[in-house]
Amino acid sequence: MQRLRRTMMFVPGNNPAMMQDAYIYGPDSIMLDLEDSVSMAEKDTARLLVYNALKTIDYGDTEMVVRINPLNTPYSKKDIEAVVKAGVHVIRMPKTETAEEVVEVEREIERVEKELGCVGRTQIMAAIESALGVVNAYAIATASKRMMGIALGAEDYCANLKTQRSKDGAELALARETIVVAARAAGIDALDTVYSNLNDMETFRREVEFIKTLGFDGKSIINPRQIEVVNEVFTPKQKDIDKALAIIAAIKEAEKKGSGVIALNGKMIDKPVVTRAQRTVELAIASGVLKEEDVK
Amino acid sequence: MLKKSYAGTLESGDILIQLSPSEKPGLSVNLDSTVGARFGKQITSVIEETLRSLGVEDAIVDATDKGALDCTIRARTTAAAVRATGKDVWQ
Repeated sequence: MQRLRRTMMFVPGNNPAMMQDAYIYGPDSIMLDLEDSVSMAEKDTARLLVYNALKTIDYGDTEMVVRINPLNTPYSKKDIEAVVKAGVHVIRMPKTETAEEVVEVEREIERVEKELGCVGRTQIMAAIESALGVVNAYAIATASKRMMGIALGAEDYCANLKTQRSKDGAELALARETIVVAARAAGIDALDTVYSNLNDMETFRREVEFIKTLGFDGKSIINPRQIEVVNEVFTPKQKDIDKALAIIAAIKEAEKKGSGVIALNGKMIDKPVVTRAQRTVELAIASGVLKEEDVK
Repeated sequence: MLKKSYAGTLESGDILIQLSPSEKPGLSVNLDSTVGARFGKQITSVIEETLRSLGVEDAIVDATDKGALDCTIRARTTAAAVRATGKDVWQ
C-alpha cells in the first residue's frame, strides 16, 4: 500500500498546544518546524519540545516529519541528533541547493543511528527554495537512498528569483514542473508549497487542483482548515474508480484468455492507461473510498 | 553552580519554569497550576525527576503551569536546566 502524502501540515516546534492537537485533524503528515517559525533565542527549547513530543505523544499512523535548521547554522547537527534519537520518520531539509548537502545530512543521521543501532531508519526529504536548488533538483532527489520526496518552498524561491507570488502562480511554473519531473525520475514523492491566505479558499482549491494536474502527490499546508479541500481534490471520483476497476477487470480477463491485445468498450487499452488505472485504485484504497477486497 | 534561568511560556498547554540557585540543599518546587488540585503532585514529581536526571540537586523552581502535558514539562524543565548549568544534552 502506498503511503498517502496529500497533506503535510506545518506546526511550529515551539508551540506545545498545537503540537499535541495536530493529529486530531487527520493530516497525512505532520511537519514540526524548528526552522523559520522558531526565533534564534528559542532554538534550544523548541528542539527539546519536539524531541519530547515525538518520544511521548501517540500520533498514530501519521507520518512525523521535522524541518531542521539549515546546515550552515550552529543548530542543524543538534536538531538531527535530537530528532533521530526521538525516532522521527522523516527529516525535512530546508533551502536545499546541492546533492552534497543531502549527503552531509545523511552522514550525520547515520552517525546517530549507528549509536542507536538502527541504521537506515530515518528518511530524508528536501525543500527546494532557490534557483540553484531547482537547477539541481534531480541530483538532490537521487542523492541518497533515504530520499522520500522533494518539495517546493515558494516564498524563498520567489525572493531569490526577484519576483513575488501571484494568484495564478505563473512565477512558479518552471520550478513546479522541474520538481515533479525530478521526483518522478527518481521514483520519490513531490510536494507543493504552502498557500498562506486562509481567507481565500477558492484560490486555494484552484491551486490544489492545478498542482494535482501537474502530478504532485500533495501539498504543504499551514492550517487544519485546508485539509478537507486537499483531500477532496486528491480523492478519486467514483466515475474514475469505476473506470479504473473496469480496466483492471479487462486486463485480468485478457490474461486468463492469453490474449495479447486488451480492449474495453471497443477501445484498446495500452500500458499508460493501465498504469493510471492502477494508480487510481491504489489512491482510492489509501483514501478509504475503496476496499482492497473490492478489487479482488 | 547554577545561574538564574527560565524556559517556557504562559500560553495554554505550556509551562514556565524558572530556576534559581538555592542556599539550602534539595529541590524546592513552588507550583502555580490551573490544574494544580488534581495534578500538582504529578507535575512536581516530573520536574524533580527531570532535574535530578540532569544532576541538578539543589535549586529553587518556580513553575507556572497552564495545563502542560508531561512531555512539555520535561522539555521546559530540561531547557531551563541546560540554560542554568551551561551543559547541553546534545553532543
